[in-house]
Amino acid sequence: MSNSFRTTNSTGLINKDKKINFTFNGTIYHGYEGDTLASALIANGVHLVGRSFKYHRPRGFLGVGVEEPNAMVQLHDGNKSEPNIIATEVELVEGLKAKSQNCWPSVQFDIGEINNVLNRFFPAGFYYKTFMWPKSFWMKIYEPFIRKAAGMGKAPLLPDPDRYEHNYEHCDVLVVGSGPSGLASALAAAKNGARVILAEDKPNFGGSLLTDEVTIGNMSGKEWASDTISQLKSMPNVILKKRSQVFGYYDHNMTVMIERVSDHIENPSKYTPRQRLHYIRAGEVIVSTGSIERPISFGNNDRPGIVLASAAKEYMKVYETLVGKKPIIFTNNDTAYSTALEFIKNDIEPIIVDTRDSSNGELVKEVQQKGISIKFNSGIADTKGHLKINSAIIGKLDSSKESFILEETVECDCICMSGGWTPTVHLSSQAGNKLKFNDDIDAFVPDKKRQKETAIGAANGSFTLNQSLAEGFQVGFDLSNKFTDQNNPTNSPNSNEPSYEKHEKLWCMPLPSGKKPKRFIDFQNDVAVSDVELAIREGFRSIEHVKRYTTLGMAGDQGKTSNLNGLQYVSKIEKKIVPEVGHTTFRPPYTPVTIGAIVGREVGNHYLPTRKSPIHTWHEENNAVFVAAGLWQRPRYYPRGSEDMNTAVNREAANVRKNVGICDVTTLGKIDIKGPDAPEFLNRVYTNAWLKLPVGKARYGVMLREDGMVFDDGTTSRLSENHFHMTTTTAQAANVLSHLEYYLQVVWPDLDVNVLSTTEQWSGIAVAGPKSRDLLSKLFPDVDMSNEGLPFMGLVDSSIDGIKARIYRISFSGELAYEVNVESNYGLYMWKKIMEVGQSFDIQPYGTEALSTLRIEMGHVAGAELDGRTIPFDVGLNSMVSQKKDFIGKRSLSKDAFTESDRQTIVGLVPLDKKTKIPEGSHIIEDNSAVAPIPKLGHVSSSCWSVEYNNPFSIAIIKDGKNKIGKNLYAVSPLKDISIPVEVVSSHYVDPEGSRVRS
Amino acid sequence: MLEIKCPYCGKRSQNEFSYGGDATIKRPQLGEEISTEDWDNFVYYRDNPRGKHSELWHHVSGCRQWFKVSRDTATHEIFDTCKMNEDFNV
Ligand SMILES: [Zn+2]
Repeated sequence: MSNSFRTTNSTGLINKDKKINFTFNGTIYHGYEGDTLASALIANGVHLVGRSFKYHRPRGFLGVGVEEPNAMVQLHDGNKSEPNIIATEVELVEGLKAKSQNCWPSVQFDIGEINNVLNRFFPAGFYYKTFMWPKSFWMKIYEPFIRKAAGMGKAPLLPDPDRYEHNYEHCDVLVVGSGPSGLASALAAAKNGARVILAEDKPNFGGSLLTDEVTIGNMSGKEWASDTISQLKSMPNVILKKRSQVFGYYDHNMTVMIERVSDHIENPSKYTPRQRLHYIRAGEVIVSTGSIERPISFGNNDRPGIVLASAAKEYMKVYETLVGKKPIIFTNNDTAYSTALEFIKNDIEPIIVDTRDSSNGELVKEVQQKGISIKFNSGIADTKGHLKINSAIIGKLDSSKESFILEETVECDCICMSGGWTPTVHLSSQAGNKLKFNDDIDAFVPDKKRQKETAIGAANGSFTLNQSLAEGFQVGFDLSNKFTDQNNPTNSPNSNEPSYEKHEKLWCMPLPSGKKPKRFIDFQNDVAVSDVELAIREGFRSIEHVKRYTTLGMAGDQGKTSNLNGLQYVSKIEKKIVPEVGHTTFRPPYTPVTIGAIVGREVGNHYLPTRKSPIHTWHEENNAVFVAAGLWQRPRYYPRGSEDMNTAVNREAANVRKNVGICDVTTLGKIDIKGPDAPEFLNRVYTNAWLKLPVGKARYGVMLREDGMVFDDGTTSRLSENHFHMTTTTAQAANVLSHLEYYLQVVWPDLDVNVLSTTEQWSGIAVAGPKSRDLLSKLFPDVDMSNEGLPFMGLVDSSIDGIKARIYRISFSGELAYEVNVESNYGLYMWKKIMEVGQSFDIQPYGTEALSTLRIEMGHVAGAELDGRTIPFDVGLNSMVSQKKDFIGKRSLSKDAFTESDRQTIVGLVPLDKKTKIPEGSHIIEDNSAVAPIPKLGHVSSSCWSVEYNNPFSIAIIKDGKNKIGKNLYAVSPLKDISIPVEVVSSHYVDPEGSRVRS
Repeated sequence: MLEIKCPYCGKRSQNEFSYGGDATIKRPQLGEEISTEDWDNFVYYRDNPRGKHSELWHHVSGCRQWFKVSRDTATHEIFDTCKMNEDFNV
């Protein structure tokens, strides 16, 4: 059966000299270069490609391009496996593997076909009612059944090995679609000097010119298309993209286009991406997306072998392939006669069934002149053939065309149907265009535009070649003139095409006498005429509701072939005209897009930069385990030998309490603040007073949001009269800068202050522990490190080896501690220097875990407590709040809810057994044995192992916390099934007087 | 994705900016006696108009300036943008 459905001509676009082997459902076939998977299968006589969504009915190809609703296949296997690919859009490559989906065990014998027999269980809205009762059946029976029976292909479980890229483009005019109007507008715009992108979904430019027998100027349509493309190719202001689908139209003329870069190449270079997603911001978009032929609804109109007439023609003309050798042409208009003529050219006599009473169109006459008789005033009532159509029941329509009067059975192997044409308005509609109904063509066309988008040609309802070309040249020139001053119009050449008579407004055939076969409207979603009738009978009136209840026009298909027929049928039942019924919303993407293309290179680390401190290499060399803090990589702990994390962290923290530790704090946010109003600005930003901070002193500050919640905290020092150095937490550094800029630029522009991030200009090294003073005295012999010389919250400038260093006496660990700041480039040098001198003081590096342990023990708050839900009172920072001055957020603090005495406040928790660590996030409750719901008193924000007392310790924020100190409560974590009896203690667990930092 | 004209830098894609809320809100004066209702109106309550809305944007990945944008909340049409010390032309 090898390629027995090929035509003998060679006028198409396939290369019969190059054979390509492929596999479908395990069988090896061959096609030719230029074939799609669809055309190659049809050439091999294969029409049965899948099973329908709900009823598992055998389905074949309906279309030839993006409109194909049935032929969705699973491509490749393993990590390249890809579901729901439209076979008509797949170019054949050597070794391609494809298989049917939604069938089991095979497409020929599918167990799910029982759904077809039991179809009373699958009417419209079956999701909503059939499976709603009894409730207990849902999880065990209905859901697994639906999952197995319905559903499309299988998503691969392995990582996608292919590479996808994103590209950003700008142009004056984007032309979508390269049919006659698209080519004309691109040529006119480009000749007028505009920057043009022309996008074509198919592998060949030309659209309908590749299949229509027309002349333009003195050339055939096909020649004119290729001549125009050569002209465009030679122009530097034009980008031509084939295999590229513009699938989405978003705000401000942003369109998104998917380019299939190497899907059609047998062995692409590893540097070639598989697909590329283009974000195109266009000055103007020309929508020349053409039109799609409509099917006709008749009994069993979904059997394999029943195709659109235009698809049959394209298979013959472009792919040199016959959809069948005993065709019936079934139409309500003239265009299908060109398909009939194409069959005749291949020595095949079609049977022609036309619903109309007559037609004098040129093509109709031509067919008649060839001696073919036409069955006018007739329709197809029903079809037969289980896995492939083998006959049709043709009936004579009565005068009302509401029933058949005579029926005859006719053998056939395919039906080529045409219900007229629907402009492809998806992109215009996505762009916000309010569509209007055009009575002449019985379809919606773009009308009132919201964005810079213009539909032309068939997409605009202009179905004649003359009109399409005229619109194309005119619009291309007009729009390009907005961007250039060349004023150089291009005239439309003369063209010639057959004349067409009007179609008949008839898309749904009556039922055959005594039978009720399904007449499908939406093939992909398995929606038949009876489903629409049912939805309306059950009271669904809005077309949007009918859509959702029946699933008509949903999912990947977006109603390409079904939308208008559905609307026509609703309007017929409702006895309303179609514009009153309205239309549903078209949503992007117009065609399915691979997730890989949307993700692009944002895989793995998501293309984000990694921020490393200048000391990073030392951490690596010294066995640091890193943790991500935003973009930063920070040492979490430094295990020695076989130490686990807890052992290492406890050792590091204990060494700070006993000797001295060193910690890289370069990641802290740093902001340089300068200007005569800088003190006043800080006074407004922070809750405490700043005007009188002496030069050379640091101060701890807390800032709030206007709603009174603590926003951030840090130490800020005064370097000179009008110059301050602010530090922020690592996490909030960027937000604090935006916050300061907001107040300076928007709220108080009168303040003369400048702010600048200096986070990356300084490297910070914390030196903490009782031996830190001795260490630094040795390192900086010229500096008076005594408590009087450099008191707590003091700072001093010094240098070693000519490197300037600023030494702050500040502490996060609660120990006597300093922070040495040097220019970033000297961070590593200074770190090594401190380590070297520190050897005799038993110095050890400590990471973020030990840093946390030390601050938790001391009851110092951090991000876990400052979670955007706490005011200063809640976290023990009330003493930081000035009563004398106003500041950001102060007014909120006097609101009723913020002054209630039993607010949730910060406390410490120790487990009664002194052993069990309390998971962070645990709930605090009073009575462990109470019946749920148990009132929650608060939650655990931070937990550590106290190295001071050698038992677990946590910080919690609980209702009326101060008055709960000394009480026993429970910390519970229902997810972990944990309940821990705890004692409430002060959050200042170690050195509550704060004597160490001042020692 | 919107295209926003920063009054300092020119047209840029939305992903360079962050949104900053209603531009017509005036912060009460520091130290001003203010009722809880007025304060709540400043902190929490915002109109949510369908149509023209004047709002703040911050050119975070650019010049770091805050500025004003007049935008239609239904269609996303941007009528005008201006610096903080300027008024819209349209
Ligand atoms: Zn800017």
